[in-house]
Amino acid sequence: MNVIVCVKQIPDPNNPGALDPSTNTLKRDGKLILDDSDSYGVEMALQLVDKAGGGEVTLVSMAPNGEVSGLRTALAMGAAKGVLVSDPALQGSDALTTAKVLAAAIQRAGVADLIIAATESTDGYTGTVPEMIAEVLGLPSVTFAKHVAISDGKLDAQRQTEEGYDDVTCPLPAVVSVTAGVVEPRYPSFKGIMAAKSKPVDTMTAADLGVSPVGWEGAGQKITEVGQAEARGAGTIFEDDGEGFAKVVAFLENLKVI
Amino acid sequence: MKIWVFAQHAGGAPTTGSLELITKARSLGDVTAFVGGDGAPLAAALGEHGATKVYATGDLGGKLSGVAVAGAMKAVIDDGDSPDLIMFPQTTEGRDVVARLSVKLDKTVLTNNIGVTVDGGAVSVTTPIFGGNILVTTTFTGSGPFLAAFRPKSFAAEPSGGAAAEVVAAPVPDLGACGAAAVTAVHVEESTGPKLDEAAIVVAGGRGLGEAAKYEMVEQLAKLLKGAPGASRAIVDAGWVPYSYQVGQTGKVVKPTVYIAAGISGATQHMVGMKGAKNIIAINKDKEAPIFGIADLGIVGDVHKVLPKLIEALQAR
Repeated sequence: MNVIVCVKQIPDPNNPGALDPSTNTLKRDGKLILDDSDSYGVEMALQLVDKAGGGEVTLVSMAPNGEVSGLRTALAMGAAKGVLVSDPALQGSDALTTAKVLAAAIQRAGVADLIIAATESTDGYTGTVPEMIAEVLGLPSVTFAKHVAISDGKLDAQRQTEEGYDDVTCPLPAVVSVTAGVVEPRYPSFKGIMAAKSKPVDTMTAADLGVSPVGWEGAGQKITEVGQAEARGAGTIFEDDGEGFAKVVAFLENLKVI
Repeated sequence: MKIWVFAQHAGGAPTTGSLELITKARSLGDVTAFVGGDGAPLAAALGEHGATKVYATGDLGGKLSGVAVAGAMKAVIDDGDSPDLIMFPQTTEGRDVVARLSVKLDKTVLTNNIGVTVDGGAVSVTTPIFGGNILVTTTFTGSGPFLAAFRPKSFAAEPSGGAAAEVVAAPVPDLGACGAAAVTAVHVEESTGPKLDEAAIVVAGGRGLGEAAKYEMVEQLAKLLKGAPGASRAIVDAGWVPYSYQVGQTGKVVKPTVYIAAGISGATQHMVGMKGAKNIIAINKDKEAPIFGIADLGIVGDVHKVLPKLIEALQAR
């Protein structure tokens, strides 16, 4: 069974983000890392291929520069190879363009039984790209899956809803987006990290894939204003001296909720 | 301006989130609701909030609504009734429909919005970023239909006293391979007490509780206050509580009178879902925790010491 996983390389979320004042896009000039949300999809793909007893996991990613450090992390976990669409022209691409580019890269990467993505990225969180990829490729999809099993050429998933979850069944090939916590991602081993250095990453531009326009030109939107939200001021902070609970009781009494 | 609202429903009634969008839409133009399922039982409530027409697909027969409703919307547009703007609730279903439709129409989609303005034919939406500290306004370029998804509770749902909306059939066309996924069972995770996104008081627990068993304190406190228990993403991902408890960017948006955050540090992810609370109480042992930056009352202390005393004091009343 061959599985393609869409992964995103993002600025480290532990460092506060910033907008580039000239373009109003998120600054991506520092080192990029594998989006933690994607490690679940990579792990799930590795487990499914293992269970099927054959096949491989291929990564697909897009970045405005030639960054591969995030891809290497996923390769070190056990993915076999990567396809990177790297093109400065991609800067400013919207979710639809991103889906078109990734779908073209998926077709370039070979025949897949299953395409996995996270439900949304940590830095952009549009949350629509996996479903868009399915539509571009003409495939069925199951989004927000918290449990996935494959048998007899079909996928059975538990799909999160606002009220609980639905059992969904879907024939392969299909696109599935998985939630964090769907599986426990492995840590890359030293051997895996060394092996990842020599695994192939096929790099191409959006034009190589025949997708245009991309970037700002392809986006049906323009940012017209960036402003500060109304700040919510901090209130009173107490160190608990054993009587902290009484402050809470008094606060609730004052609001007349108790 | 012609506006469609993707109206979701549960238990034979439109969801609050759908009515919020219809209420907002009627201040901007003529409103048509678009329903995946049977429209007749919803026509009165949708009309009462300002929709004059309801397109309804009829029973989806177990198909996932994303691909089915987007297909039905595209068919109506191809038949010549094209709106200027389509508004979607930012839910799992809403995101699926807008994503499929975005590709079908080759139109961009803007999600995570909390505001919308119309100036002549131009439509702009407002999106909070960096945990809501910065608001970005984005204007659609080119021609419509413009596609936008809005977070729950961005607008108030208020009846306009309108008559029942006219129901028009919008059948789902042949979906080919895309329509092959099917729902085989629906599971509702029942919780007693008020619903998390409607409760006047929410008590939420996080990683600071230390272990899953300690979440019981959060439930107990919520019950005493006649509120709903909630959770940070960290403990949902860790499997302590179901996803339906999650408050935040990827969970529910809550705006209660009182929000009590117990053992929650205040990740950006979490804060966007609760900073609209009227009053915030935070209990956390790390005094540098970001949650204290927005708390009206902060107790720097161990939740394992503060919560039991608080529960005892409330029980004694």
